Amino acid sequence: MATHTYDAIFIGGGHNGLVAAAYLARAGKRVLVLERRHVLGGAAVTEELYPGFKYTVFSYVVSLLRPEIIRDLDLPRHGLKILPLPSTFTPLPNGDYLAAWDDHDQTRRELYRHSPRDAEAYDDYGRQMFRMAMAVRPILNMVPPDPASLSPNDLLGWLRLGGHARGLSRADFHNLAKLMTMSAADLLDEWFECEPLKGTKSASGIIGTFLGPRSPGTAYVLLHHYMGEIDGVFRAWGFAKGGTGGISNALASAARAAGVEIRTEAPVAQVIVKNGRAVGVALENGDELSARYVASSLDPKRTFLALVDAQHLPGDFVDAIRRFKIRGSSGKVNLALDALPNFTALPNGPDGQALLHRGAVSISPSVDYIERAFDEAKYGRFSRRPYIDCIFPSVIDPAMAPPGRHVMSCFVQYAPYALEGGWNDAQREAFGDAVVDTLAEYAPNLKQIIRHRQVLTPLDIEQMTGLTEGNIFQGELALHQLFFLRPVPQWAQYRTPIANFWQCGAGTHPGGGIMGASGRLAALEMLKDWK
Amino acid sequence: MLPGTPFHSRTAPLNQGQNWRRWAGYLAASAYDLSPEREYWAVRNTAALFDVSPLYKYLISGPDAARLLDRIVTRRIDRCAIGQVLYTPWCDEAGKVIDDGTVARLDEQTFRLTSADPNLRWLHQNAVGQRVTIRDVSASTAALALQGPHARLILQQVSPADFDQLKYFRLTHTRIDDIPVTITRTGYTGDLGYELWADAADAERLWDALRRAGQGYGLTPAGILALDVARVEAGLLLIEVDYQSARHALIEAQRSSPLELGLGWTVALDKGAFIGRRALAAEQARGPAWQFVGLEVEWKGLERLYAAEGLPPQLPATTVRASVPVAAQGRQVGYATSLTWSPLLKKLLALAHLESGSAQLGNLVMLEVTVQHQRRYAPARVVKTPFFDPERKKA
Amino acid sequence: MATSYDAIVIGAGHNGLTAAAYLARAGQKVLVLERRGLVGGSVVTEELWPGFKVDTAAHRGQLAGEIVRDLALGRHGLVMLPGVASLFSPLPDGESLWLSTDPVATRDSLQRHSPADAARWAAFTARLDQVAGLLREAYALSMPAVPDIPAGDLPALARLAWHWRGLGKADMLEVLRLLPMSARELLDEWFESPALQAALAALGVQGLRQGPLSAGTAFLLAHQWVNHGGPFKATARGGLGQITAALASAARSAGAEIRTGAEVTRLLVEDGRAVGVVLADGAELRAQRLVSALDPRRTFLGLVDPFALDPEFVRAVQNIKLRGAFAKVHLALAGLPQFKAVAGGLGPAPLRGVIHIGPSLMDLERAYDDAKYGRPSQRPWLEVTLPSVADPALAPDGQHVMSIWVQYAPYHLQDGDWDTQREALGDRVVRTLAEYAPGLEGLIVQRQVLTPLDLERTFGLTEGNVYHGEMMLDQILFMRPVPGWAQYRTPLEGLYLCGPGTHPGGGVSGLPGRNAARQLLKDLQDRA
Repeated sequence: MATHTYDAIFIGGGHNGLVAAAYLARAGKRVLVLERRHVLGGAAVTEELYPGFKYTVFSYVVSLLRPEIIRDLDLPRHGLKILPLPSTFTPLPNGDYLAAWDDHDQTRRELYRHSPRDAEAYDDYGRQMFRMAMAVRPILNMVPPDPASLSPNDLLGWLRLGGHARGLSRADFHNLAKLMTMSAADLLDEWFECEPLKGTKSASGIIGTFLGPRSPGTAYVLLHHYMGEIDGVFRAWGFAKGGTGGISNALASAARAAGVEIRTEAPVAQVIVKNGRAVGVALENGDELSARYVASSLDPKRTFLALVDAQHLPGDFVDAIRRFKIRGSSGKVNLALDALPNFTALPNGPDGQALLHRGAVSISPSVDYIERAFDEAKYGRFSRRPYIDCIFPSVIDPAMAPPGRHVMSCFVQYAPYALEGGWNDAQREAFGDAVVDTLAEYAPNLKQIIRHRQVLTPLDIEQMTGLTEGNIFQGELALHQLFFLRPVPQWAQYRTPIANFWQCGAGTHPGGGIMGASGRLAALEMLKDWK
Repeated sequence: MLPGTPFHSRTAPLNQGQNWRRWAGYLAASAYDLSPEREYWAVRNTAALFDVSPLYKYLISGPDAARLLDRIVTRRIDRCAIGQVLYTPWCDEAGKVIDDGTVARLDEQTFRLTSADPNLRWLHQNAVGQRVTIRDVSASTAALALQGPHARLILQQVSPADFDQLKYFRLTHTRIDDIPVTITRTGYTGDLGYELWADAADAERLWDALRRAGQGYGLTPAGILALDVARVEAGLLLIEVDYQSARHALIEAQRSSPLELGLGWTVALDKGAFIGRRALAAEQARGPAWQFVGLEVEWKGLERLYAAEGLPPQLPATTVRASVPVAAQGRQVGYATSLTWSPLLKKLLALAHLESGSAQLGNLVMLEVTVQHQRRYAPARVVKTPFFDPERKKA
Repeated sequence: MATSYDAIVIGAGHNGLTAAAYLARAGQKVLVLERRGLVGGSVVTEELWPGFKVDTAAHRGQLAGEIVRDLALGRHGLVMLPGVASLFSPLPDGESLWLSTDPVATRDSLQRHSPADAARWAAFTARLDQVAGLLREAYALSMPAVPDIPAGDLPALARLAWHWRGLGKADMLEVLRLLPMSARELLDEWFESPALQAALAALGVQGLRQGPLSAGTAFLLAHQWVNHGGPFKATARGGLGQITAALASAARSAGAEIRTGAEVTRLLVEDGRAVGVVLADGAELRAQRLVSALDPRRTFLGLVDPFALDPEFVRAVQNIKLRGAFAKVHLALAGLPQFKAVAGGLGPAPLRGVIHIGPSLMDLERAYDDAKYGRPSQRPWLEVTLPSVADPALAPDGQHVMSIWVQYAPYHLQDGDWDTQREALGDRVVRTLAEYAPGLEGLIVQRQVLTPLDLERTFGLTEGNVYHGEMMLDQILFMRPVPGWAQYRTPLEGLYLCGPGTHPGGGVSGLPGRNAARQLLKDLQDRA
């Protein structure tokens, strides 16, 4: 038997790679993580791109980090602090606003102002989504069973699922079946009449997808984002101290404490395959490292079309990977500010701040607004009036900016990767301008207080993080790319057609968001395989 | 800041400890004095004035208003006379209670529904195709409860209405200090008492007029803590304390039917179809699995538990709103949801859910108590509710 | 004293008639009540103008084969027309795409657009046949009540599962993967030619207020593939209405009574049981069972006092999505229109089939964009038939009838109303079509425009939705018409549904009617 330098090498130091590596190391394995960039975290990084101002460059909130990972890896001891993001504020073109605050009575009163019936429906809806999330949660913690297999493991998986489904009430089961298949807009139409409310809620249904809120399948994405709310005591929804890089740092610290070796600026050129087995990796600098197992947390396209020579893979597998939908649809604008933007709908107080700055500001006045934003994207243009989700990290964590100054993080959709004519510097700036112009309609002082602006197009996101097409979920959360179909049919159990080569990124079940579940489940599968 | 009720300008200066709690998104006084005891005794001895404005109130009117309500609540609205008030729960299709409240028939086609939870959506949802209008008047209607043996005497000072003729669960329209007021002979204390309904704009004048009239009769503004003791003595249940709304429940076990809540008397299976009827008829036929009963803790048994630790019995100063296990023959047979010391009856009382097999009157069960950090069981007997039921309530 | 029937069927469309025929054949005393003066529902041929016979609602389709066989419809005059199974898509540049059952002609036509597409055509149709075969199995069954599947449903399900496993692992997963996709995603995986993509994507959006980029439109494509037995659409000699005429004849000869001009305005409900109907003239008719072929919204919210139903059920019915998406334009023509593309030498043969106007998939999506915001499409997708080409009896000598399915035409307009916008829509359609068939305007002798509002008024299609409920993923199989009530029964004892609002949904298949009748008969048997 050949001797390997490592038990396992993980390609990519994003959160899933780090989680998987930590789990293996905790089981006593000798583990190496290789990261191409100088910082760990992949798309969960905090960088000081303008002196004194720290940007949470790509991802910006944590909503779905699995509680069992927080517990198993003891992340709080490694510095993880998730601070509350208590509100969502939606300014409206007519000068009014809609807000959801962290207090139930306050929120009810606010909704009542817009629609008495919606104020009530909001609670009923919340309870229904809670039940639905409870119903789906076990699925997040299981390896997808293969529907075509009769192996004991797969049958057991289906039994577990079936038992779980039978545990649901009839009504909940039916609601879940509908929720899995309908559009966010239709779902919300069943509950609400207030346009800004529907607009803001529907936005969670399109994040990271290349669909408009009226397309079926988006209601499930909405639920996916709701999932974080059920583990209320863990405060799974919030802003990580230090930005999302804070999560990566905690994960890296936990991984190192468990014995993981981590190398940055160590780009992998290729996975070395011998006799149909992965035996190690070759770095771009020519070094070769051997390991018993190699695992990639990169997205499926990068993993199978770039790291591996196609000759090692079956043709229809390669076809399936090529077909995997991974269209980039979002961009990011990070701003360094002299002061906080002053929203006309709820002006700043004497301290230069308003309640809304503690939470998210959502530019989503109606479902039609978002649908129109999508219309532009589907014809290859970025939205002139996009959906924008802003937070002010320096309000939540003052260490993110010099005293009295601020950073603002704006997630923007839609920005198609396949822009007509392609992305270039001029297009990037035009996109940035569209975002700032849109925001300035609601907060007119914005343009005067910007010190520095970083605009990230899907192409920039791809180039910086390696996420193909800049897709933040490493593959769209569409029904035909979920569960036992993620990333491709027959290969949803973290294994790959190459022996000893594993996948552990968000392109595998259960998918995107800073959840870590893919990494954890992959690691547990790898350990099961260890004999 | 949470808003106050329409009486806030009057109640706030009286609140010595600024002791507020939340009630339906409003500030409501827990107690005005630093201790609620005097306020409680006003209910039973003189008269207490409660601000109950946070209740939800809906005006339902139109040719199909009676039909709609008959469809929703479990009692017979077709038999509710003009000027009558009914206490009633209402259920979901599975016959589990969503909420409880009162329906007052203001005229042939107009009703006022009061409830603890918002119900606008449920009303609208059921009004499909009906000729009704539903108005949420929660914020525009101020409400006071005047409760206690002197309540009638006080009202007679300020209103020309004939209160001797106003029967239990009936209403009258009158004027107080020239303010139009509807007075219902209802309340949440199980005593002689009235509730007053007026336009929110007139609230302060109404309060002032009652205070003036009540001066010679021991009228005492009282808060929720006093009310909570009185309502347990009266055997009246409280949503989210004694039962969970079927709408809020996350699992089946958290839901209760009116039959399980001792409200079988409100379920008119003989009327036409209403929501939950099928399930309730079936439940009636097989007998409900649970009963909602009154428990009286046996003093000697309780005393013995404390004596073993060298203590006299430690009694709760206010009503305990927590679930407490109840056992019989060595296994848990239920749980108490409200536990209070009755200053009037000098007894420790509880409202409890018991499996039907253990719920017969006179049955002895064991109520969990914590004695000097130890888990103990005090004997308690199933008794009839209301624990306290004075004749004056209905006289 | 009113006569009592075993079953009253409400609505004499193809599903109502199918159900009636099956019930009558099983010995039930059946009465069919039809509001209009003629039977047929949405599968009807009307002589709109002297000598011009027009399929006024659906203009293509066929019944499921077993219904034709079971009811011996051939003996009742039903003849399906041969040689109409093709799809012709003229393009703005005078080019065209012509797909038909003739593999050589199809390959030649595809070849001109994309050799790669031509090469994949056979594999694509095989894949869709496979998906359709599986769906077809499920369509023959009553859907089980999930999640608590009754033991009685298990054998049928086991058969389905067996068929399923017979596909083999890779194919099985492929089928599962396909259904929730968008038509565009599916077609992008197979083809590159815009004309081909558009022609196929149209199957995925027909009658639906969704565009080909919406998830789940691949399912509707497959659904249509099931109903039509492939991508091509059939019709009957004498017009599509011959299907319902034959069904009516079969029902009558089995003993069913059919009354036209008999509008049901209300169901009689006594103690939670549906016991009869009240007609517009006030007459009351009683029956052991009622079978409604109307859409579920009309049945429960129009004919029944909502208080007779649970509020959650009413809410579910209110939430059924029934958005109107299309209009119809009918033309009487003095002569055969000359399509630029046909002049290229194909002759009139392509005009016997379906003529598709919509050059690219994104054109369909753009047409949908308008509808999304409550406007009729500025550049609509058109599905045109010229039935008199293959069946000259449908029009006076040398003249022709043309039926145009126009999509999208939303029922709810952002501005204005349909009564004032009707003719503008007709003009736009004719203009669009004339770009492909110059001189069309000059041939028009008569014109009828049916907006979604007209479709609702004439055919009782709520919001003009031809499927009685959109064929979207959340409204199919065990979720049709509403979750928990997919077995044709309803919360009102004695009332059954048999329209396309029930499983397996819309189209001319007649399967909802047949399945409902079978379920009713089975329930009777179980009771006995």
